[in-house]
Parts: sequence; C-alpha cells; structure tokens
Amino acid sequence: MGNSSSMLTQYDIEEVQEHCSNTFSQQEIVSLYQRFCQLDRNGCGFISAEEFMTVPEFAVNPLSQRLFRMVDGLNFKEFVLFLSAFSSRASLQQKVEFIFKVYDSDGNGKVTFNEMLDILRDLTGQFISEQQREKVLTQVLEEAGYTKDSLLVQADFMKLLSYSSETILDVVNTVPVLDILILGNSVLKMEVEVPVD
Amino acid sequence: MSKLNTSSSELDLDRPNIEDYLPSGSIQEPHGTLRLRDLLDISPTLTEAAGAIVDDSFTRCFKSNPPEPWNWNIYLFPLWCLGVVVRYGLLFPLRVLVLTIGWIIFLSCYFPVHFLLKGHDKLRKKLERGLVELICSFFVASWTGVVKYHGPRPSIRPKQIFVANHTSMIDFVVLEQMTAFAVIMQKHPGWVGLLQSTILESLGCIWFNRSESKDREIVARKLREHVHGADNNPLLVFPEGTCVNNHYTVMFKKGAFELGCTVCPIAIKYNKIFVDAFWNSRKQSFTTHLLQLMTSWAVVCDVWYLEPQNLKPGETPIEFAERVRDIISVRAGLKKVPWDGYLKYSRPSPKHRERKQQSFAESVLRRLEER
Repeated sequence: MGNSSSMLTQYDIEEVQEHCSNTFSQQEIVSLYQRFCQLDRNGCGFISAEEFMTVPEFAVNPLSQRLFRMVDGLNFKEFVLFLSAFSSRASLQQKVEFIFKVYDSDGNGKVTFNEMLDILRDLTGQFISEQQREKVLTQVLEEAGYTKDSLLVQADFMKLLSYSSETILDVVNTVPVLDILILGNSVLKMEVEVPVD
Repeated sequence: MSKLNTSSSELDLDRPNIEDYLPSGSIQEPHGTLRLRDLLDISPTLTEAAGAIVDDSFTRCFKSNPPEPWNWNIYLFPLWCLGVVVRYGLLFPLRVLVLTIGWIIFLSCYFPVHFLLKGHDKLRKKLERGLVELICSFFVASWTGVVKYHGPRPSIRPKQIFVANHTSMIDFVVLEQMTAFAVIMQKHPGWVGLLQSTILESLGCIWFNRSESKDREIVARKLREHVHGADNNPLLVFPEGTCVNNHYTVMFKKGAFELGCTVCPIAIKYNKIFVDAFWNSRKQSFTTHLLQLMTSWAVVCDVWYLEPQNLKPGETPIEFAERVRDIISVRAGLKKVPWDGYLKYSRPSPKHRERKQQSFAESVLRRLEER
C-alpha cells in the first residue's frame, strides 16, 4: 500500500477531518485510508461483506452482523465518521450515540424491548433460553424504573451509561470512602488505537 | 491451557485455545448485581470489533511491505536507472541462459535414467536425487541465490519428518538444492502442475487438495506410509499450509506432528535487502513472482537446520506443533499469531463466536443468582 497516501491529497484529508469533527489526527486518517484500501481489495470504493469477513477477528465477534449493516457500502469519509466514536478524542455523548444507533435498528430514535432483546440474543446465542432472556431483561428494566413497553431514547441511554453528578453525590453521602474508588472504573471505555507507521 | 479436541474430521479443531491469545485485557470481570446498565453496555464487544476493523493480526501476516524507495535524488536516480539496465538487459538474459542450460542437462539425463534403469531401482533413485538437486541448484543460480545453510545437513533415516516455515514456493527449491526431499504440496495448475506430476512424482511427493475436507484423512494415511518406508526420500512438510510474509508464523497444522516420528525443524529467513521473496499468491502468479526474482540483484536467505524434536510424554500433538513453531519462530526472528492459515480461504468456525457468547451468558446468569 505504499502509494496509496499519494492518492489522498491534503484537501481530502482536511475534508475528512472536518467531517468527523476532528476526532482523528491527520496521520491517523492517512493510516485509516491505507487500512481502507487494504480491506477494499477490489478497489470499488467501499468495503463489501465478503471483504469484512476476511478479517477473522471481526468475523468471530457476536455483533459483527449488526456492525456490518451499519458500515456496509460506506465510502472512506463515512467509514472514518463511523469509527470516530472509537477515537480517544470522542466525547462520551458520541460514544453513547453510537451505542444507541447499534440498538436502534429501525432508526426511529426509540429503542424497544424487542430491539434490546435482539442484541442480548446476539451476545448470548444459544446459551440462554429465550424465556430466560425475556425474564432477565424485564427484571432489570423494572428495577431501573422502566416497563416492558417503555421506549428508550438517547437521553435514557446517556443517563444509564454514565454516572451523572447527581448520582455520584448521592453515593458519596451514603457509601464508605473505599467503595467510591471502585465506582471510578465504571466510566464507558470504548477506544481503539489507530496504528500510525 | 489448551482445551483438547480429539475429533479428527473437522479442519478447524486443529488449534489450541485462541482466547488465550486474543487481546481481552480491556474486558474486566463484571461483578455485583445485574443492572440494566450492564446489559446495555456493549462497549467491550464493540471495541473488539472496531479494533479488528482498524488493524488485525491476521491480515498483517500476508501484507507485503514495499521497500523504502532509495532512488529519490539526482545522484541516486541515474545510478538506479543503470542498475535497472544491468538487471534487465544483462543479468536477466544470462540467468535465462543458465536456467535453459540447466534444464537441457537435466532433461537429457533424467529421462534416460528414469526409463533405462527401470530395473535397478536403488541406482536410479540415487541418480534421480542427484539430478533434482542439480536442477534446483540451477534454479537458485538463476536468481543469484545467496543461501547460507547452518546446522547439520539432513540425513536419510526412517521415521523422521522435516518441517519448515513457508514464504514462497522457492522455499522448496532452496531446501531441495541441499537434499532431495519428498514434499507434500498443493497441486497447482499450469506449468508448475506439469512439473509436479512428472518429476516430483518420482521423488515420492504427496499431493493434497485444500478445498476437500475428507482429503485430510487420505493425506494423513499417505504421510504415515511414506515416513515408515525405509528408503523413501526424507519428507518435507510446510505445516502453515500457506505462504506467509516471513515476518510472522501462522498456526501449524498438527498432521505432521501426530505420526509418531522425530520432527526436524528447519527455519528459513529471507533478507529483503534486494528483493522480497514473499509470494503473495493473491496478488501475483508464480511466473510473475519468479520473473521478479530473476530481475533482482540477488535472493539472500539463511536456512537453519535445527535440533530434532520428539513428542514429550504427556504432550498433545497440538502442543508439540506449537512448541516446534516456537523454536522455528525464535530462530528466524518471526512473530507468532494464533490464526489458521486456511482462514485466507474460508471463514472462521462459529465455535469462536459461540465461546464468547457462552462466557457472556454465563456471567449474566451468575450475576442474576447473586441477588
């Protein structure tokens, strides 16, 4: 892939960088382009299902089908935007937005019980029965104050996946100091390092 | 460490536990009662998938890294042009000439020996071996091969099998120059296939077909027969099953390691100083690859014949294969990756995904019980 960066001009790099709101540095964009060209073997400008599945590490992931549906047919600019949620410079909101999009398969901005069940099924496969899955999901939903018919929006996800300042203050007043240190590990970790030559 | 799978008919039960190799450091063991947040937080799985999209150890094994161009200024460029003229105009015709002479000598000696000495097998075999070694030396000379052999030369003894790492089909020629091995190879089309079915057949080579899964048992039987035969040529196997770019080794197939005989490892490392000897079969045909070698200055490589190994008591064939792979990788300075080379041609088995699903399911159920 030695000559691929010469096909990407400075204008192109800046355009892509702006499109992903500066979550990647220019060097990282060049590396991602080399990777994109490496995966797009037939050079048609986007990565097909076959080409993605040739990466064994991706193919064995339980959520690979869903992710693939989101990244299918994307050109390089959109590919970088897709990966921007995994950059170290991405905000918590961008990461939560990405997770929400993975759940919201019909894209209507609301996550239903069935959509959550679908993801749980992908993650657990045949090792939990369908009834047990529904039971677990209903139980944890009710404990969090929702019902089986609740429709979750992105704000709900934001609340659940981050520790807001109010909840931390609540905890500080009631929990011994040592236990607070354990809470520090609960921040959403979703980062991937782009190898830069 | 490795979960033992004794079923032999599945191509992909051939390997130890991949989970031990794959990066999973970021996934902490979840504890405490199960909350909605824990089910919704799919970030570890997503991170793994995105990590694989951005870079993965399997694709790295087959990447041919182009060399840094050195002819970038006004003094070096004319020198490089002169070099091109010498390589293509002078060396290449000379090499083709050397190769043609070699083939003429070989063919004019081989066929008479093969047909006239039909009755005197021992003498015929000896002469055929010598002739094959000769033509391989001509081949090596045709790319100005500078090969340094280290270690004791292979001897013809029964119950031993030689294994080596694989970078290109020229590995075979480089090793064959020193000893007339019998090889186990994929049957190729074209002129290579013709060579295979005529000359290599007489050395006792064994053919296999990657795409047939039942093929494995047939090949395993043929291997066993060959190795136990007293005056068969020593057998050479490339357990990786495919060409790798000489910076990494992929997992060894256990077939050569469960025959109950001594395994003699051979490590081959090519020096990329003049040309990259990795044959990227997806990018170029073998003919193109050979032409590339013949128009370069030289092919430099080191061959190490390493200490023969035996199956240790209590060791499984898979562990034995991994141990030998370790010996070869250390000697040749290659990194090990936990993938099966055949994944170049097929998808990974659903078992790996199922293992991930199983561990997640078990943790969910366990935390549910902690209430």
